[in-house]
Amino acid sequence: MDALNNVFVNIAYAIRGLFADPQSVWANLVMSVINFIIVVVIVVLAALILILLERKVAGWTSQRPGPNRLGPRGWFQTIADALKLMGKEDITPAGADKFIFKVAPMIIFSLPMMTLAVIPYGSGMAPIDLDLGIFYFLAISAISTVAFVMAGWGSNNKYSLLGGMRAVAQMISYEIPLLFSLLGVVMITQSFNLGVIVQDQKNIPFILIQPLAFVIYIIAGMAELNRAPFDLVEADQEVVAGPFTEYSGLRWGLFFLGEYGNMTAVSALAATVFLGGWQGPGFFPGWVWFWMKVGVIIFFIMWARWTFPRIRIDHLMHLAWKVLLPLSILNIFLTGLGIYIYRLVMGG
Amino acid sequence: MGTVVFFIFAIMAIAAAWGVVTSKNIVHSALYLVLCFSGVAVLYVLMNADFLAAVQLLIYTGAVAIMIVFAVMLTLRGDISVSNTENRHWGWGALVAALVFIIMALVILANPDWRILATPWTSGGSAEDLSLLLLTRFMIPFEAAAVLLTVALVGAVVLAKGVKESK
Repeated sequence: MDALNNVFVNIAYAIRGLFADPQSVWANLVMSVINFIIVVVIVVLAALILILLERKVAGWTSQRPGPNRLGPRGWFQTIADALKLMGKEDITPAGADKFIFKVAPMIIFSLPMMTLAVIPYGSGMAPIDLDLGIFYFLAISAISTVAFVMAGWGSNNKYSLLGGMRAVAQMISYEIPLLFSLLGVVMITQSFNLGVIVQDQKNIPFILIQPLAFVIYIIAGMAELNRAPFDLVEADQEVVAGPFTEYSGLRWGLFFLGEYGNMTAVSALAATVFLGGWQGPGFFPGWVWFWMKVGVIIFFIMWARWTFPRIRIDHLMHLAWKVLLPLSILNIFLTGLGIYIYRLVMGG
Repeated sequence: MGTVVFFIFAIMAIAAAWGVVTSKNIVHSALYLVLCFSGVAVLYVLMNADFLAAVQLLIYTGAVAIMIVFAVMLTLRGDISVSNTENRHWGWGALVAALVFIIMALVILANPDWRILATPWTSGGSAEDLSLLLLTRFMIPFEAAAVLLTVALVGAVVLAKGVKESK
């Protein structure tokens, strides 16, 4: 089991061992490139699998089969869709702000790769072991708001712009409870480092100590992802497809990849911070536990999407500012009180 | 290696700042500002101030998104491509900027705490050190800044409400 647990770490050591000096600049450079490629593969593979999973879950919730024609039980449907997408014409609207229009999908696609790079996928398996882990993750996700505005603005289309405006209102509002919900865990572990946070959950996952924070995180995370019931940014009946209205072909595909990559990133952070990351009973290796936990959260997010109707925009703001924000501040207060009492009792 | 990275991002930040003041389209100005802030964030990383770099990205990029929304909503021009009217007064702007630069340079040169260290500073600068300082030595300025922000927020609410009633 130990060999299976450390299989990727050992492969990394073996590759480093090929160099004369395993800690030299060149060895580090090669390892960085390999880590980067792995993260890109994770994002693309996640999108391929999740798109199909989403349609299967949608079918399951609305009691229909979902895609079931191509390949065994329809499993090859996404590949066909991806090929079709690549063959489509790439249209840039005549009145568009061309540079902004073209850069926006690239930014959206690159952000999940930057955030997924700090997640520990197993014991000692974080591509970048960053001391500011959680904080870096949130700082990078904050940039996605600008990318949505760029897409909405650059398209030069009123529906796109409205969608971009909604993205700003929604994502900035929900960023605050998202950030505050993670503070409780940071207060307990005294560290931003995701590896340390996972290690501290050896005996008890933080979902049991911070249940309120977990609920707030999942709700705010779903809103950050602009997914139903919080999909006002791309609400088809109101703003066609929001910022994506004018996009076609591979550029639209990049948005799609980015959305599912972001979903993986948000779920991975939830699994790391609240569900104990790669920690788990010894009958599976750590990285299997990690991806199983991520899968459960992703399934929950999809389930919620296909179950709840879209929330009204005033209710959306009401929920963020008058419910989630006070609750998350209450959670920080209670956590501080808990830590204080714990120290009094334990005499530390 | 560090020097090369410094010059790449320093030049990027300055070029972006140039774009902010010379761009005729106010949305382009705001987006150049994102580039400028990101370049400065990289400079913070080079100075081992990772926390400050993350704060720079978290606070300023989000703020720029809001700024674009306000810029678009409050612009009274029919055509957005000539919306940044302030860039016609670049002579006065340059004068003010030069004065601010001189004052800041004088303050930095006069204060021994701001000298460049002989050896790079490696310890400290973490979130822990920063929070300790904020809650002990710099408690009063920190709280004053918080009060100032609250006042600004209340002021904005009052202004927004006034507009609604006068309609």
